[in-house]
Amino acid sequence: MRITQGTFSYLPDFTDEEITAQITYALDNGWPLSVEFTDDPHPRNVYWEMWGLPMFDLKDAAGVLLEVNACRTANPDVYVRLNAYDAGLGRQTTAFSFIVQRPAVEPGFQVIRGEGSDRRVNYTTLAYATERPAGDRYTRNADANGRH
Amino acid sequence: MPTAGTETGRSSFGFWPGAMAGPQIAPVPAEPEPKEPGPDAVLAPDAEVDLAAARNESGVDEVLSKLDTDLVGLEPVKTRIAEIAALLLVDRLRARYGITAQQPTLHMCFTGNPGTGKTTVALRMADLLHRLGYLRRGHLVNVTRDDLVGEYVGHTAPKTKDVIKRAMGGVLFIDEAYYLYKAENERDYGSESIEILLQVMEQNRDDLVVILAGYADKMDRFFSANPGMQSRIAHHITFPDFTVNELERIAALMTEELGYSLSGEARDVLHDYLTRRMQQPWFANARSVRNAVERARLRQARRLVNGSDSRVNMAALTTIEAADLLASRVFERAAQEAQEAQEAQEAAV
Repeated sequence: MRITQGTFSYLPDFTDEEITAQITYALDNGWPLSVEFTDDPHPRNVYWEMWGLPMFDLKDAAGVLLEVNACRTANPDVYVRLNAYDAGLGRQTTAFSFIVQRPAVEPGFQVIRGEGSDRRVNYTTLAYATERPAGDRYTRNADANGRH
Repeated sequence: MPTAGTETGRSSFGFWPGAMAGPQIAPVPAEPEPKEPGPDAVLAPDAEVDLAAARNESGVDEVLSKLDTDLVGLEPVKTRIAEIAALLLVDRLRARYGITAQQPTLHMCFTGNPGTGKTTVALRMADLLHRLGYLRRGHLVNVTRDDLVGEYVGHTAPKTKDVIKRAMGGVLFIDEAYYLYKAENERDYGSESIEILLQVMEQNRDDLVVILAGYADKMDRFFSANPGMQSRIAHHITFPDFTVNELERIAALMTEELGYSLSGEARDVLHDYLTRRMQQPWFANARSVRNAVERARLRQARRLVNGSDSRVNMAALTTIEAADLLASRVFERAAQEAQEAQEAQEAAV
């Protein structure tokens, strides 16, 4: 299941030129960018790992793309996203954030219905990928179901 | 009861039920649109283009003429810049015929004595290359050794890369570049920084232009220790020292910029001053001229404040007189030497 998180998630994956255009847009607006990666696709997982520090004072997209590619090379089979932060007064939040790399196989999510008292149901979303320990979740030889 | 909202077919952002495919859609290759012969179309081999029009369009003449008027002297530098500008312009026109050559390497090395305008030219270079479409942004990142070299093991590479990333799309200007390599200390982190720079200069040629600057003799030593750097830099430009007349023109430009003018007498004194100053140690060309102008400004202000006449007009406020320059130490020493020589002569007699 293709996970959809962040800006542009309803679009097909961006090519490097399209990513460059987005970076240029952010830089033209004065938003510094940062690269993050994770192998936990749960939508509530907000703490992705940082790939280096946020990149301040950059003028051109090539520098950001350099880091994106470095992160992709070092972590070939995990989710990588690019965040643009708007420090402007009144906003001071992430301006946009989109996925620039995803694993080849995304096993998707399981919904667990926990039945409580009085017919109450607690829903839990569990990513199949997280059944395996961190760092071992997405590998190239995983089969279509994400099992090894 | 159906609400008006559902009747009007309200849809959330980016999602339409039914006809449109959901987010799981695989990328559909878009059909190539029939291309109209626009400005991007490749020209026929027998077509002609107007070189002058392309030149006007790029605005390169404006930069070059500004360079010519603002910078006094520096003929070899101006020639080389004009050559580079011409090459980039021709390359652009060639591209319109579909001839694509590799982007020329424009890494440069500026050598020259202090105050010969290396930094000033580098700044102009960034602007010029941006106008010619070689650089995407055209900003200048001015760094020295301590911006590139780290303090401990493993600190240098990220630091250097950070600077390089900032400079991308523009010019990375490394002042006093010879400090990067310290021959006497082989554990110095500078060489690590040089290695990264070399790699970037080769791989990201389209992304940034590296300009090294330094004094001629020290740069020669630097290059002999780093032959890789020498060969990766296509343009070695030597900045000549200024002549007295050029320095005078520089001084005139500087005072004009500050809103002052030199009186006729002060001009003669200035000429004398510069001739003397050039013979003295630590002469730093235009930088020395700037310092001299600054000091003359101070003396002029003091002369006006302490002057007997408390009423001044604009001419008095903006004119530097000969006395302001004559108070300089340069003349003092000259007077002293003359006196000593005279005394020696008298003693001999």
